[in-house]
Amino acid sequence: MDRFQQFTDQWLPIIGKAVVETFQMVGVSLLFSILIGVPLGILVVLTRPGQSLHNKWVYGGLNLIINIIRSVPFIILLFFILPFTKFIVGTTIGVQGVIVPLVIYTAPYISRLIETALLEVDNGVLEAYKAMGIKTRQIIWNVMLREARPSLILGLTIATVGLIGATAMAGLVGAGGLGDLAYRFGHLRYEVDVMYATVLILIILVQTIQTIGNRLAARLKKD
Amino acid sequence: MIVLENISKTFSGKKGDIEAVRNANIEVKTGEIHGVIGYSGAGKSTLIRCVNLLENPTSGRVIIGGEDLTSLSEQNLREKRKKIGMIFQGFNLLKTATVYDNIAIPLRLIGIQKKEVGDRVKKYLEIVGLADKVNAYPSQLSGGQKQRVAIARALAQEPELLLSDEATSALDPETTDSILELLLKINKELGITILLITHEMNVIQKICDYVYVMEQGSIIEQGTAIELFSNPQYPTTKKFLNTIAQRKLSSSLIQQLKLSGNVLRLTFLGESTGQPLLALVSQKFNVKPNILTANIIELKNGIVGNISIHLLGEKQDIAAALSYLEEHGVNVEELEG
Ligand SMILES: Nc1ncnc2c1ncn2[C@@H]1O[C@H](COP(=O)(O)OP(=O)(O)OP(=O)(O)O)[C@@H](O)[C@H]1O
Ligand SMILES: [Mg+2]
Repeated sequence: MDRFQQFTDQWLPIIGKAVVETFQMVGVSLLFSILIGVPLGILVVLTRPGQSLHNKWVYGGLNLIINIIRSVPFIILLFFILPFTKFIVGTTIGVQGVIVPLVIYTAPYISRLIETALLEVDNGVLEAYKAMGIKTRQIIWNVMLREARPSLILGLTIATVGLIGATAMAGLVGAGGLGDLAYRFGHLRYEVDVMYATVLILIILVQTIQTIGNRLAARLKKD
Repeated sequence: MIVLENISKTFSGKKGDIEAVRNANIEVKTGEIHGVIGYSGAGKSTLIRCVNLLENPTSGRVIIGGEDLTSLSEQNLREKRKKIGMIFQGFNLLKTATVYDNIAIPLRLIGIQKKEVGDRVKKYLEIVGLADKVNAYPSQLSGGQKQRVAIARALAQEPELLLSDEATSALDPETTDSILELLLKINKELGITILLITHEMNVIQKICDYVYVMEQGSIIEQGTAIELFSNPQYPTTKKFLNTIAQRKLSSSLIQQLKLSGNVLRLTFLGESTGQPLLALVSQKFNVKPNILTANIIELKNGIVGNISIHLLGEKQDIAAALSYLEEHGVNVEELEG
């Protein structure tokens, strides 16, 4: 008990700070990734051959860009785009400095997950709504996105978990977070307890997010 | 109500062009039920999808209620589509929405007031007989019930015209019949004109006033249901008829029977179905009919009876008997082996 007391006294503030940093990084980059990735995913689906806005140049272009970004490992991306990061947020270090690469890494991933979810929606239903004289924009909102909700949520859950993993590398630019803590103290300084504690927190975090995602998707799914 | 004028649709694909519909002409008057029948790949779906321009015809005009749809602006086309209901083989309901929402959502989207939406959902669910399923999800319904929801959704828009793309093809025979009865009821009580496509002769038999037979993109034969069932011209039409009533005798049997007499098919229409004409013939003339096959087809607007007989007797007696039958409205056809 004493040892535990001592451990918490010494590490709780540090771990607490790391948790906050992780939440900040994940929260902010998830928000921006969704804002960019979701419309992008919808656009990729709509510009597909045979879809309502089909345009092979836009479709081909978006696919190429998404594929290129998705082929670059995060750690490379992090350094590769340093000038761009500096240009956007004015700094390349700290939580701020890592948001840009995290978003660039996650947004294309989200757009692929959205694309997959939307493609699962039965074309016949979209057609039935078109036949009823309903506008394409309304069909996208009320049919396509609505029907895809369970898969969309599962996709976003996967993206969030991936994002937590990516933030572990954010320590390399001094952004902190749980991954960084585990690496710096646990691995480099052999503070094994710190490593266990942070890994445990990460496990609980991922588990919780996945469970919430699964529950929500199951609730929306009716077949 | 609907006039399709010289509709053609060509799909250009990697392996060349496919002429899915060639020069089709269809005219459906208000209040009638017309059916297009054909085998898979005949171009039926393409044709019916041209009616509400889900498919843009390569050439030809689609005139509904006096307006040519192919010349309408996007917005006017949407307005027009609101008056054209459509049901599908796959039902096409929202999986994530209740029966209520499946009917209510499209109504809201076309701008119907909230209170009116509720009233219409209730009214049309009652008409299709599903008032008790209002809170169910499609996955909790049988195929027939799903199609009823789809019909209620179409009706709730209060269309003048209903298009049906194989609406019963995914259903078992009994459920098919109940859906056909519902379509008949809608047609009679709400006065909705119906154009349907099918590959089941049974559907044509039960509810159609007028029939088109389609093959390789063309309408090869058309006529009132009674005309087509009593006097089919083309092999495809005859094959479809054979699916509901055995009309065909093997050629070896016909050849064998021909050695001793005439092999004939008698088609009875309307009044002549009610009279014991065969019995009268054998009394009046010195001939003996031997019945080989017999069936009766009940159509929406009448009855067609078919009897194949082996007729024995002297040449002149047979000739006299046949002209007597023809005078009484029986269509006589000599069968070839
Ligand atoms: N979008 C399309 N692109 C290319 N070819 C098509 C397209 N839609 C239909 N076709 C072709 O047009 C022809 C007619 O198809 P259609 O679906 O109209 O037939 P159908 O009579 O409805 O058949 P089924 O009973 O199987 O539904 C077929 O050869 C089909 O492959
Ligand atoms: Mg078809």
